[in-house]
Amino acid sequence: MLKLENISLIINSKALFTALNIEVHAGQVTTVMGPSGSGKSSLLAHLCGTLAPVFQTSGKISLHDRVINNLPPEARKIGILFQDDLLFPHLSVGENLAFALPAIIKHRERKNIIEQALQEIELSGMSERDPAGLSGGQRARVALMRTLLAEPQALLLDEPFSKLDLELRGRFRELVFSHAEKNNLPVLLVTHDPADAKAAGGPIITL
Amino acid sequence: MGATLRSVNYLSVFQRLTQLLLLLPIAAGLLGAFFPAFGYFPEIGGNQLNIDVFRELLKQPALPHSVRLTIFSGITATLISLCFALALAAMFSQVEYSSQSKLKFNRLFLMMRRGLIPLIAVPHAAMALGLVFLIAPSGWLIRWVSFSLMGWDTPPELISVQDPLGLSLIFGLVLKETPYLLLMILAALPQIRAAEYLRIGQSLGYGAFRSWLKLILPQVYPLIRLPVFAVLAFSLSVVDVSLILGPTTPPTLSVLILRWLDNPDLSMRFFASAGAILLLGITLGSLLFWRIAEWFVLNKFRKWLTNGKRGSDNEAATAVFVSGFFLITTAFLSLLALAFWSLSLRWPYPHVLPQTWTFRNWERHWNSLQETAMTTLEVGILTVVLALILVVACLENEQWRRARFSIRSEWLLYLPLLIPQATFLLGVQILAVRFELDGTFLLLVWSHLLFVLPYVFLTLADPWRKLDRRYPIIAQCLGASPLQILFRVKLPLLLKPLLVAAAIGFAVSVAQYLPTIFAGGGRFSTLTTEAVSYAAGADRRVIGVYGFLQALFPWLALLLALSVPRWLYRNRADLS
Repeated sequence: MLKLENISLIINSKALFTALNIEVHAGQVTTVMGPSGSGKSSLLAHLCGTLAPVFQTSGKISLHDRVINNLPPEARKIGILFQDDLLFPHLSVGENLAFALPAIIKHRERKNIIEQALQEIELSGMSERDPAGLSGGQRARVALMRTLLAEPQALLLDEPFSKLDLELRGRFRELVFSHAEKNNLPVLLVTHDPADAKAAGGPIITL
Repeated sequence: MGATLRSVNYLSVFQRLTQLLLLLPIAAGLLGAFFPAFGYFPEIGGNQLNIDVFRELLKQPALPHSVRLTIFSGITATLISLCFALALAAMFSQVEYSSQSKLKFNRLFLMMRRGLIPLIAVPHAAMALGLVFLIAPSGWLIRWVSFSLMGWDTPPELISVQDPLGLSLIFGLVLKETPYLLLMILAALPQIRAAEYLRIGQSLGYGAFRSWLKLILPQVYPLIRLPVFAVLAFSLSVVDVSLILGPTTPPTLSVLILRWLDNPDLSMRFFASAGAILLLGITLGSLLFWRIAEWFVLNKFRKWLTNGKRGSDNEAATAVFVSGFFLITTAFLSLLALAFWSLSLRWPYPHVLPQTWTFRNWERHWNSLQETAMTTLEVGILTVVLALILVVACLENEQWRRARFSIRSEWLLYLPLLIPQATFLLGVQILAVRFELDGTFLLLVWSHLLFVLPYVFLTLADPWRKLDRRYPIIAQCLGASPLQILFRVKLPLLLKPLLVAAAIGFAVSVAQYLPTIFAGGGRFSTLTTEAVSYAAGADRRVIGVYGFLQALFPWLALLLALSVPRWLYRNRADLS
């Protein structure tokens, strides 16, 4: 469970929103909505630990009863998907996934897991491909798989559907939610598309 | 659009002119060095092409050692500078993009970052002279140590400058090239969206430092390859720094060439030319070697990129921080040492500070200082104005006629920085003598332009291309002509980058040593040539005066470039 207690973000001695208390249960999607500038993305950056130092913050973030406020971003075990897929352009599709895979998985097994993962997102056999040659939908799926292979304990979604066209958007949304449920991940979704919130099916918080 | 197009058609002339101004002296210079190297130099009795000169050259006892020294110091200096610059850039991004970094470090980092910009403006020679004052056996560092700890009353016997291995030469080069490469990297980072990739890397469990190495480095390197090559070519052929810090028996190849040239025996000019061609070969060979090494390193580390090993790298990061801090402090202390010496009357060993302070050194040299300073200013300002006109015209040409300066043209701009100065300037001089152009102001300015133009272009091109294209369109719809748009919309909007480009161009001109003595034919002395020639003498006070003024000029230019727009636009929040 991802738990936010009394979270507030202050910039130039102004609070972005009234203190937040949110509990996101494993396998459940909570949606945060609000106009641009309301601090949705800053909230996610704070949860990741990558918020710019100009912000002052207060409150407690815990993940599975582990307080993570003071942990560096890489130790938090929180995965995030952005509006842009941000696949690493210097690595192949397979290498993008390998980057996320823990080091404890070695050699042949690494290869197998990556091939399996590609199969799951209907891209089998495309390990060697340059990500630049993939379609928008394919790239989005690789980005999702990359996030999941790092074995996060929670998933943050920063409007990851907004750049996809309507038809793709629905399919990709389902894929993300089904994987999150399968992995039993608490999910926090930030969006300003009401259709996203509806599809998520969980509680909705408006900033 | 048709009428406008006709009125900006003349702009393409400027692009051709710029290319010609760069290519002509390089091509002529290479030929001018090439023929004498193969024995053809009718004025001094060489009438046919052969390879006898090279045969003789290779028999010179100093040559093998000198070549080894040149290659070793050039490649090592470049490699160390690049490693420092990359590691420091990684640290800077970590501080900038992460809320988790320790705040007390942040302030130190900001200071370091601010300190970088004045450092790239300091001429190489000034930095090298200051470094001598710092690390020489009777230098500042030893004085601190001996004064506080060791109780030495005579300077220790160690060879800390002009050491036979060229280590102090390498140190001097690293001190100047690290800030330059670092700024180039920092300028390239936004283009590859480094901040966002770092966030992804961290959310996948990698520490900031290692995320940078695995994700940002492979993407940013291709963008800084040209500056790295320029640093390598420069380090292999540098003359002034090598005269000050490099070993003397034998010196690096470029200094050897200069010695042959100064030799009263005219037949030594054949040697100089052959040496220049050899230096060209060494430079091209080293660039090729570097490119192959890049490929090798990439292949070697390809697996490492995706092996999934996380690690925090805190020790590495701390080490980088400490050494970077040490490097930048050394640079500033060197400059401070110049200033102190210029103001000292008596400063015997082992005192840490001058015993008597005075302005007498400045007064005594005031007349000759004025004259050299004026020459320096005239050449610098004229060169920068010419460079700005050409660069702005090229950029306008690119925008109005949609003729983007192609990749090939950008390589052309870099050509003067990739071919060793000693090689083509020697050829230029040989031809200039024949056409009685040597020692003219025109040739002097032209030779400076070769090196100023690339830097002005590289500084200005990015902001120019990034200016919102809708501003000129709006102005056009309001009835303004291209020239009106340039002077009333674009130049005012781009005033700051324009002045910064001018200041950097000026700094480059002030720093030129070899072009000034070659193209100037010994008739013009600038602060740099004076400082370097005094460096051979023993009077530290004079060296301090010339060295400090040489460092001060570009600094003042940069200060002016940064503060004028701030003052002019003090009531324009979006521009200041």
